[in-house]
Amino acid sequence: MTRLIAASPFIFALVVGAFFLWGLNPDRDPNAIPSVLISQPAPAFELAPVAGLDTPGLVQADLKGNAGPVIVNVFASWCVPCRAEHSVLTSLVEEGGQTLFGINYKDKPEDAVRWLNELGNPYARIGSDLSGRAGIEWGISGVPETFIVGADGTVLYRYVGPVVGDEAVTIFRTALQEANALVKETEL
Amino acid sequence: MTPEIGHFALALALALAIIQSILPFLGAARNDPVWMKSAVWTALAQVIFIGIAFAALMTAFVTSDFTVVNVVENSHSLKPLLFKISGTWGSHEGSLLLWVLILAVFGALVALLGANIAEGTKARTLSVQAWISVGFLSFLLFTSNPFDRVFPPPLDGQDLNPLLQDVGLAMHPPLLYLGYVGFSIVFSFAVAALIEGRVDAAWARWVRPWTLAAWVFLTAGIALGSWWAYYELGWGGWWFWDPVENVSFMPWLMGTALLHSAIVTEKRGAFKSWTILLAILTFSLSLLGTFIVRSGLLTSVHAFAVDPERGLYILGLLALSIGGSFALYAWRAPKMEAGGLFRPVSREGGLLVNNLILASATGVVLLGTLYPLFYEALTGGEKLSVGPPFFNAAFIPIMLPLVFVMGLGPFLSWKRADLGSVMARLKLAGILAIAFGLILWYVLRGGPMLGYLSMILAAWLFFATLREWALRVRLFDEPFSTAMRRARNQPRAALGMTIAHAGLAIAIFGFVGSSVWKAEQIEFVTPGTEISIAGFDVTFTGVEQVRGPNYQADRGILSVQRDGAAVTTLFPERRYYPVAQSTTTESAIRSTLAGDLYASIAQPSAKEASAQGAWTLRILYEPLVNLIWIGAALLILGGAVSLTDRRLRVGAPRQKVLATLPVAGE
Repeated sequence: MTRLIAASPFIFALVVGAFFLWGLNPDRDPNAIPSVLISQPAPAFELAPVAGLDTPGLVQADLKGNAGPVIVNVFASWCVPCRAEHSVLTSLVEEGGQTLFGINYKDKPEDAVRWLNELGNPYARIGSDLSGRAGIEWGISGVPETFIVGADGTVLYRYVGPVVGDEAVTIFRTALQEANALVKETEL
Repeated sequence: MTPEIGHFALALALALAIIQSILPFLGAARNDPVWMKSAVWTALAQVIFIGIAFAALMTAFVTSDFTVVNVVENSHSLKPLLFKISGTWGSHEGSLLLWVLILAVFGALVALLGANIAEGTKARTLSVQAWISVGFLSFLLFTSNPFDRVFPPPLDGQDLNPLLQDVGLAMHPPLLYLGYVGFSIVFSFAVAALIEGRVDAAWARWVRPWTLAAWVFLTAGIALGSWWAYYELGWGGWWFWDPVENVSFMPWLMGTALLHSAIVTEKRGAFKSWTILLAILTFSLSLLGTFIVRSGLLTSVHAFAVDPERGLYILGLLALSIGGSFALYAWRAPKMEAGGLFRPVSREGGLLVNNLILASATGVVLLGTLYPLFYEALTGGEKLSVGPPFFNAAFIPIMLPLVFVMGLGPFLSWKRADLGSVMARLKLAGILAIAFGLILWYVLRGGPMLGYLSMILAAWLFFATLREWALRVRLFDEPFSTAMRRARNQPRAALGMTIAHAGLAIAIFGFVGSSVWKAEQIEFVTPGTEISIAGFDVTFTGVEQVRGPNYQADRGILSVQRDGAAVTTLFPERRYYPVAQSTTTESAIRSTLAGDLYASIAQPSAKEASAQGAWTLRILYEPLVNLIWIGAALLILGGAVSLTDRRLRVGAPRQKVLATLPVAGE
């Protein structure tokens, strides 16, 4: 009995150590935040078009009944990484045949128009989220964020941060494939 | 050139540590005095070489040598000198270098001051200390070399995180490490005792001053970190149960238990294997802290840059040191004979309760800290976080009985005590504490029962501690001058206890007051907005732009009035550091003993709000919060006073005798 008691700290340390070993797995990111929206219907929101732009606005109903999954990208002209991400999204639309919707987050309409005129406008619809209300509904933690929404209006995937660089693009393409959204194989 | 000298000195220190880890140990086994003596010289040489390495890194920081990667990543040529110096330990590599430096300093101190320690024990202890040294020096050299160069050197550095550019925080890691690493010596003593298979009063007497010293530093480090969070982070709290705070708190709880159980081992020869276990546990928890901060295992505001490979290396070190010492404990501890019988109601019994409660509290904090990891592993990736509600609900009810027993404990005599007569002597303290609670309730009329109960218990501890002191110096039984003479001549250890226990009581007043009776308001304000809080009327006058040495700031102006009379003007700032591209909050505090009025401003998040000149203003009133720092200062003072006790002082005549009679049991 005494032996067992004396050995208990060792046994306890062994168990805790096993958990630590598991926790050190390089694929594990303790900071990754799972989105509560995954497998849930896209939140209710209603956004007017960006003033001075021909692109129509975005409401919840637009996310339902599409031919396939669509990409919803949260962006702003004041967001520098969005500028880098823009070309990736553009090629997904132009070469990959994706449907891309945008949420223009807390952005002045005239800035957004200038930005899109400069870089091009790959978005089929853009909702102007001046108050940031839709951003709260979507639970975004920053700009940019990109969601994949299924044809039935269910949120399938969320990517936090810019989809820029080989690794990020590969992750995002895999997610698109899993959502059966990749119409054509494309080189990005 | 200087960085290369530093690198080379580190390599030499590693070589010395390897010698020190083997030679004295074999010497103790063969009873060879020359081999045993070698521990002293290697320990001293080691501290010199690690000191050279540390000085080399500090030179690189002070001279802004941007050919060194570590300097580039953590310094900037425009940074004030103090923060260039503190940048030395601001990174993972530099802080680890500080860690091994302190480890070597403690080893050298034992070598220098440990003349009264038996040769064999000293040689083994220093060898064990060198095993730790080898582990961490190799970790430093092979995975985290602070002297790596970069080519081509950049024009300027990336700056230290501005949040960390603060005097309080510059001193926080060194103090914390002095505490953490100070327990390494106690650990080494414990492992040496397990190897020797002998624990006696002399061993406990050697261990106690090191425990006390480490505990004093750890207390100071934690208090300073908490103070920094309070006035720098701008959240208006002093403890957040963040994983990294918890991992510094656990060794403190265990070290406190060890401090008390070592007394029993010294005076009564009891609790031997328990004291050994506590010594191992305390340092193991310190190592755990080092591991968690550097491995990215848990998410925390404190974590260093994450690198799983480094994590794996430290886990290996942990497995060797903690696993090895526990295995040794499992093997040797059952053979240790129990000593000193005692009745449940006795000084020993009281200290046993103290130890059980502190150990349970540590267990609760450990469980809460690691639970997210356990949960994620067992559910296959689901996440959850354990926050203050759990810790407050689980930790406080465990600690409250401890506060009650603390008042009682010093009155109990060794072996067996008469509870009735103790209670009779404490009647007055009890009456005063309850009266205090009733007055408090009469004045405040609000707040939870637990708040009042905690306040009463703190008052009980305070009065009981004073009562015990008064009895000890016979304040009311003899003429005042005689009593004062007695007060001056009483053992320092007893005086230290009185100061520390009273300090804890005072700190508890602060903990409870500032968390239970806190008032808080967050509002959108425009110039002219008035807010009333805790009897103060605060008017927001506006915001002005100011320039600091390496930042620009928006400074809010708040005039504070009470009953129509101007009290003060507060200037909370929002600072922007262009080089580091980051923003910090400088809260403004009006501090009095009764409480702090605490204000911080934040940029309005929405653009339309800024057009109207609106700001987010956060105003807090935290009653009694300064008692926390006063109480902590008394805890530190109490520990320091106790450390000067005759019995512990090096070279005191009585200890000379002990050196020749190392097994002098009591």
